[in-house]
Amino acid sequence: MTLLALWIPQLDQIFVIAAHWLLSYLPAALQPLGSAILSVAAIIVAFATLFALTTLLERKGLGRMQNRYGPNRVGPCGLFQPLADGVKSLTKEDIVPIRADRAVHFMAPILLVTACFLGYAVLPIGRNMVMVDMNAGVLFFFAVGSLMELAVFMAGWSSRSKYSLLGAMRAIAQMISYEVPLVLASIVVLMQAGSLSTVTIVNMQASYSGIWPHWFVFTPWGLAGFVLFMIAATAEANRSPFDLPEGESEIIAGYYTEYSGFKFALFFLGEYIGMFATSGLAITLFLGGWSAPFSFLAWVPSYFWFFAKLLTLIAVFIWVRGTLPRLRMDQLMNLAWQFMLPMTIFNVITAGIWHFMPGGPLRWLVCSTMVVAPCILFASGLKRKKKFQVRTYHFSQ
Amino acid sequence: MTASFILLAVLTVAGTAAAMSMRNAVHCVLALTLGLTSVAMLYLQLGAQFVGFTQILVYVGAVAILAVFAVMMTHNDKPMDLPDSHSAWIAGCIVAAAVFAVLARAIVSSAPTVQAQPQPAATVQQVGDALMHRFVLPLEIMGLLLTAALIGAVVIAMDRREEMK
Repeated sequence: MTLLALWIPQLDQIFVIAAHWLLSYLPAALQPLGSAILSVAAIIVAFATLFALTTLLERKGLGRMQNRYGPNRVGPCGLFQPLADGVKSLTKEDIVPIRADRAVHFMAPILLVTACFLGYAVLPIGRNMVMVDMNAGVLFFFAVGSLMELAVFMAGWSSRSKYSLLGAMRAIAQMISYEVPLVLASIVVLMQAGSLSTVTIVNMQASYSGIWPHWFVFTPWGLAGFVLFMIAATAEANRSPFDLPEGESEIIAGYYTEYSGFKFALFFLGEYIGMFATSGLAITLFLGGWSAPFSFLAWVPSYFWFFAKLLTLIAVFIWVRGTLPRLRMDQLMNLAWQFMLPMTIFNVITAGIWHFMPGGPLRWLVCSTMVVAPCILFASGLKRKKKFQVRTYHFSQ
Repeated sequence: MTASFILLAVLTVAGTAAAMSMRNAVHCVLALTLGLTSVAMLYLQLGAQFVGFTQILVYVGAVAILAVFAVMMTHNDKPMDLPDSHSAWIAGCIVAAAVFAVLARAIVSSAPTVQAQPQPAATVQQVGDALMHRFVLPLEIMGLLLTAALIGAVVIAMDRREEMK
């Protein structure tokens, strides 16, 4: 028993200890550089592996939902399919259109993947496992995210193809529209935590009353903020039902139509890495980061909880993709400006009231009403002048 | 002067110079973005995290995208052939030299007071406190001004739509 009690904290910190052990072989002058390289390598390897795993999970999950098998030829249960895909994309011909702007065309995927990976610098993956603890961490995350829009534009414009340009225009319009609710939805947490540092935010949520954790999602404003944040994150990641920028049936693949081979794979990678990063931020802000869901499970290593929560959110993303049809452009914009934006602003007010009211059932009642009532109000505003009924389709339509 | 400062200074100057000299309007915007990002990095090197990240968020995330959209909407992304006029060059050089002289004089005359005490790195908390206590009135006026601009933009867009009908 004593041996177990000794080993559990060791297991929790095993990666930190291993990093210290490796760095002790370097001369003191090189240690900061070595530490940075080690962290970057660990993040790239871990999340690129997760990307490979997710592509398989997504195809399997969607296959199940659409009553088919999904990949099952390569390795046991199709487990080596991502490997085969990687080799395939590496060996394919890299085609650049004759009229394309070669330099910009080459830089776009690199900038996109770099911007997507930069966000991980401030995500606390486990206890003491964050690359940089900045006092403006959340701001850094959003600043880096805005680089992605530029990369998307570069890809769409430099290809000199109408599908690429249309896709890029759609993507940028969508990303700008949903960036506002994304930032406003996370502001409630920053108000409550009084800090922009991701480490401080997680530490504030890592305590328990009874067996229940103090995650921000277990408050009215936190729940509303989390749901709004995840909707905006889906739109930012260009995933179904917000996948207009790449809608295969209308504009082929949007801004990366003219990319092939490994550059195409980089766009694919960037998209998933960006999705993981935004989900990671949602976990950090609302779901308690690396902290365990119950106090009696706190002995499980902290990084396990982070990745468990991340995989759960990924499963939800896949589920939503298999369930919902694509939105139309006007529906997309109406949702952003007439529902998401006023809801997030109301949520900020709710969080302020929550902060200044004395704790008790009255506070829960007032704040829950302030979340539910605007939600019903704005949703009925969206529905206005539209009749919903069973549609009958004719050949001419 | 550290190596990182020299690198960032070179990037800033090269980016802004390319923004003025390139023929393709979209290339100019991209080069300008490089220059603005380098300026943000210079802020970060001075320990001003809030200003640095806000610079990226505003200039790369909003201003560059706006410029790029404007270029695309006006279909003006073809290389331009502007006639080189010497008088415009001379006037531009005189204005640039005058601005440089004023800035250089201001910096030189204020140098001793800055060097006297090392400035502590401003945290986001300090910036927030200053904005919400000491500078709350300017902040509110700016907010009002921006709201008015936003409403004005919406009104202009609405008029245009009615004309089209």
